[in-house]
Amino acid sequence: MLHTILTLILVSPLIGAAIAGLLGRQIGRKGAQAVTILGVTVSMVLSAYVFNQFVLNTSEAYNASLYTWMVSDGIRFEIGFMIDELSATMMLLVTFVSLMVHIYTVGYMSHDEDYADDDPYFQRFFSYISLFTFSMLSLVMANNFLQLFFGWEAVGLVSYLLIGFYMKRESAIQANFKAFLVNRVGDFGFILGIALVFVYFNTMDYNEFFAQLSANGDVMIEIIPGVEWSMITLMLILLFVGAMGKSAQMPLHVWLPESMEGPTPISALIHAATMVTAGVFMIARLSPAFEMSETALSVILIVGASTAFLMGLLGLIQDDIKRVIAYSTLSQLGFMIAAMGASAYAAGMFHVLTHGFFKALLFLAAGSVIIAMHHKQNIREMGGLYKYMPITYAAMLIGSLALIGFPGFSGFFSKDSILLSLDASERVGSNFAYVLLMTGVFVTAFYSFRMFFLVFHGKESEYVKTHKIKESPWVVTLPLILLAIPSAIMGWPMIAPMLSGEYFGSAIQILPQNDVALSVYNNYFQGALQLVLDAFTTLPVILALSGVFLAWLMYIKVPSLPVKLKKMCPRGFYVLDSAYGFDRLNEIVFVDGSRKLSHFFNKAVDIKLIDTGMVTRTFTAIEDMGQALRLTQTGYMYHYAFAMIFGLLAMLVWALW
Amino acid sequence: MLTGFPILSTLIWLPIVGGLLVLFAGRNNPTLAKWLSLFTVGLTFILSIPLWTGFDTTTASMQFVENVPWIPMFNVNYHLGIDGLSMPLILLTTFTQVLVIVSAWDVIKERVEQYMGAFLIMGGIMVGVFAALDSILFYVFWEALLIPMFIVIGKWGGPKRVYATLKFFLYTFLGSVFMLVAFIYMYSESGSFSILDFQGMHLGMTAQIFIFLAFLAAFAVKIPMFPVHTWLPDAHVEAPTAGSIVLAAIMLKMGGYGFVRFSLPITPDASMTLDWLVIGLSLIAIVYIGIVALAQSDMKKLVAYSSISHMGFVTLGMFVVYDIIDSTGSMQGAQLGMEGAMVQMISHGFISGAMFLAIGVLYDRMHTREISAYSGVVNKMPWFTMFAVLFAMANVGLPGTSGFVGEFMVILSSFKANIWYGTLAALTLIIGAAYTLWMVKRVFFGPITNDNVEKLQDLNKREFALMATLAVFIIGLGVFPSPLIEVMNTSVANLLVQATTSKL
Repeated sequence: MLHTILTLILVSPLIGAAIAGLLGRQIGRKGAQAVTILGVTVSMVLSAYVFNQFVLNTSEAYNASLYTWMVSDGIRFEIGFMIDELSATMMLLVTFVSLMVHIYTVGYMSHDEDYADDDPYFQRFFSYISLFTFSMLSLVMANNFLQLFFGWEAVGLVSYLLIGFYMKRESAIQANFKAFLVNRVGDFGFILGIALVFVYFNTMDYNEFFAQLSANGDVMIEIIPGVEWSMITLMLILLFVGAMGKSAQMPLHVWLPESMEGPTPISALIHAATMVTAGVFMIARLSPAFEMSETALSVILIVGASTAFLMGLLGLIQDDIKRVIAYSTLSQLGFMIAAMGASAYAAGMFHVLTHGFFKALLFLAAGSVIIAMHHKQNIREMGGLYKYMPITYAAMLIGSLALIGFPGFSGFFSKDSILLSLDASERVGSNFAYVLLMTGVFVTAFYSFRMFFLVFHGKESEYVKTHKIKESPWVVTLPLILLAIPSAIMGWPMIAPMLSGEYFGSAIQILPQNDVALSVYNNYFQGALQLVLDAFTTLPVILALSGVFLAWLMYIKVPSLPVKLKKMCPRGFYVLDSAYGFDRLNEIVFVDGSRKLSHFFNKAVDIKLIDTGMVTRTFTAIEDMGQALRLTQTGYMYHYAFAMIFGLLAMLVWALW
Repeated sequence: MLTGFPILSTLIWLPIVGGLLVLFAGRNNPTLAKWLSLFTVGLTFILSIPLWTGFDTTTASMQFVENVPWIPMFNVNYHLGIDGLSMPLILLTTFTQVLVIVSAWDVIKERVEQYMGAFLIMGGIMVGVFAALDSILFYVFWEALLIPMFIVIGKWGGPKRVYATLKFFLYTFLGSVFMLVAFIYMYSESGSFSILDFQGMHLGMTAQIFIFLAFLAAFAVKIPMFPVHTWLPDAHVEAPTAGSIVLAAIMLKMGGYGFVRFSLPITPDASMTLDWLVIGLSLIAIVYIGIVALAQSDMKKLVAYSSISHMGFVTLGMFVVYDIIDSTGSMQGAQLGMEGAMVQMISHGFISGAMFLAIGVLYDRMHTREISAYSGVVNKMPWFTMFAVLFAMANVGLPGTSGFVGEFMVILSSFKANIWYGTLAALTLIIGAAYTLWMVKRVFFGPITNDNVEKLQDLNKREFALMATLAVFIIGLGVFPSPLIEVMNTSVANLLVQATTSKL
């Protein structure tokens, strides 16, 4: 029974995707949207059932194989399910956000000047987002590394297709190529990590892997002669490199801002529920392993915190509404990863959940603004929109308050649990991370409300004055409302079980001495309400509120201030504007470098050295011989061929006689 | 089941006789030639299916054996038989034959009967290569294959076909001469030309080294391995589409097959001593050739280099066994690499065939293979682009496609042998994605920049059927590789025992 339900959850989006993608023309737009929405709805309803079983009623974890992919060398490579509190929660998040995005897309993609009317682009888009849902589900439901890697790469493939959806635009196809390649750099590390699992554990199965962890705890390996490394640490860092690609941690973050080239609904899906959460999820899934290495966790902590801080700063100067939100994703991902690094897996996953809802909300609200603005995305060309689109306005406000961690909103609880855990942590790098994240809170509040004020308040721009701006249709606003509700309130019931560790149960395993969230729960936490009331006197909320105030001051009250500031420190602005030069560095070192290297290899080695040098010289010598025999001059090459074979046979006969 | 029915002989001689028939009967009647060819390859393919269904997976000994004296004076026999290593390759061959005939259907307009006839004959000979258990018989098939291929490229090829054919011919021919010498030496020692006898005979180290190198010369050229690979891009560029498909899908596999049928079981000690050579060249193929592929401006050349790079996984997977024993003390993990190599061969047969077919589809319409001549093909050929992107993703080794299976197995296995092998091999994740998707981006996506692309028509029914068939195989093997692995399990295990049992 449960097995059938799980199989249905997994495959119904796939079936929808296949029908919409392959029979798009036959079934038309209505058919495609109906079949994919039906597929995801089935998946979502059943996921809700599973969520009820495993999270609310705490069933025993379910671990079973769907089918055997192959058996080689005595090792079984399976496709299967591992369902517990962690995966059940992720399944519900993925399918719910995906369903919202599906419904929203009906309104958002209905007209597109990039495509001719007879092009089934609409059906194709639905097919892709359903396929995306399938990929992500297979990743979170996996009970083994093989399937994890399958989902991992499938998510990469579909993001490639979606980011490049406007495939006539040079910028779009550049962005998706880049996204795929950068992700592949992460996957390179990831597959090496999996290979280490294979070499030392001889299994792909999570549970068998966990069971052997302690036996392998002290294994050292020598990669460079004379230098010994802990195998587990190396394996975890390699796996984390994969997470850095998918969850866009520095320096593999470069693909994420450009993924904005895809249509807005897809940004919501990539940034909220799927893809970028994969890396965080993977770390939580493998928490028993990550607990084995302080070093690996410190690396994770520092990378996450640096990403949170540095990428947040870049949000300060963006003028594209989607880019502002994109940089906020980068920075929030940094928060989640940092939480993982502090062994506060539950807190990190908590933030994945709340962020999943409020980030989807923010993107979809931004999309609603973009529809109203006739596909203008520059926030400086907006202003005063609150009058015209009240639902979108309210949605964006709730999303932004959740994002900055305003007390009582979902983001407050999750972010606070991360910060409190970090404060309690004594891991190497945790102080550094704490400071960075605190600054990050201020920065986030500032740029979120900078965008908010510029879009909805302040003076109406020329464009707004001269065009008719109206609220979006119900297919767009309904998902906004449905996402706004959890974004606002979901933190209340969840904070206590998240901190105490009750929520995820045995799905996440933390060594007692590392369980910082639990110590926060025991020593500090006095109920959700108390936490909210106390919050107004704590540093994070003061920082967040001052960020909002500063944004109001600079963009509403004294709009001349930012211009002056920019003049005062042009160098700082330049550093931010060039995004710390990561793109330039990649351009020069990797793109140009590999191009030059490949041309050098091609021209100097393959053509000159091997072909002209070795081959042709031998070749002309033989040809001269042939010319002397006047064989090639008959014009029939196969005479030559036959002659050689007969000659050889003659030699053979002679040799054996 | 069909006991006593000479199924392997049928698979060899049916297409050869059919090909001769097409040559004579089809003169001045292209329609007859085509249908007769299609009938022949279709029948051959159907007749090859019992090899799979009637195959006994529990034994490593030869099945479907036929053995009659051929040249009694030298103890040369017409000896055929298959095991789990050769059976999948034979099915790949009979399948590819169908593909080839259909792909040429209304593309070739001149001397259709000769074209089709040549490919039919080639098909029979290739089955012979994989089924032969007598070394002289093997050698005859091995060399005979060059002739029809030589003719196909020389006659229907591009402007530089003379250069390309000569290079192709001389390279492969020179390589195989050494192999023949090795056969004759072993005959003089053992009094038999039987490959199975060769596998069982004792050989001293010096003899093994020389024999190993002689084999290497033959097989390295065929696969091809660095630095004797430069004939392949030229041959591909000049060959007509069907020629490229056969070349990439089947002929390259003959080199890989040679290693498992000859080098490893006949010269195990030399293989162990010289495994570094093969592994080194394999890693060069994967990394260096991949980087060279990035520089290509001709689609066929790019895919040719990509083929060489992918074949690096085949040779790597085959030779990591010794280092695995060295570093872990057991053979655990070696079978994964060997089976990965075999899977990679089958998978590459589908994927490279599909890639060359796709290039052929474009070439038939635009008469150029220059990447720069294209842009925005997707706007005019959406179905074709869907298939092309799928094949490209398979080429990139995306999980869920067949391209992933072999690479994954070989990466895991080689990582066990030596971390650096695995790391270098895994670089293909990045390099392969770079050259393949960069080509996809330039050819298929973006705006239309010239009028010729504007006039493109999407796939016709024939092309669609071909691509859909290949897509089914590529995805099927990627989602469920188990049946293929089961077929070869016992034979691979046996091969590993042979490869690690000293003959000294």
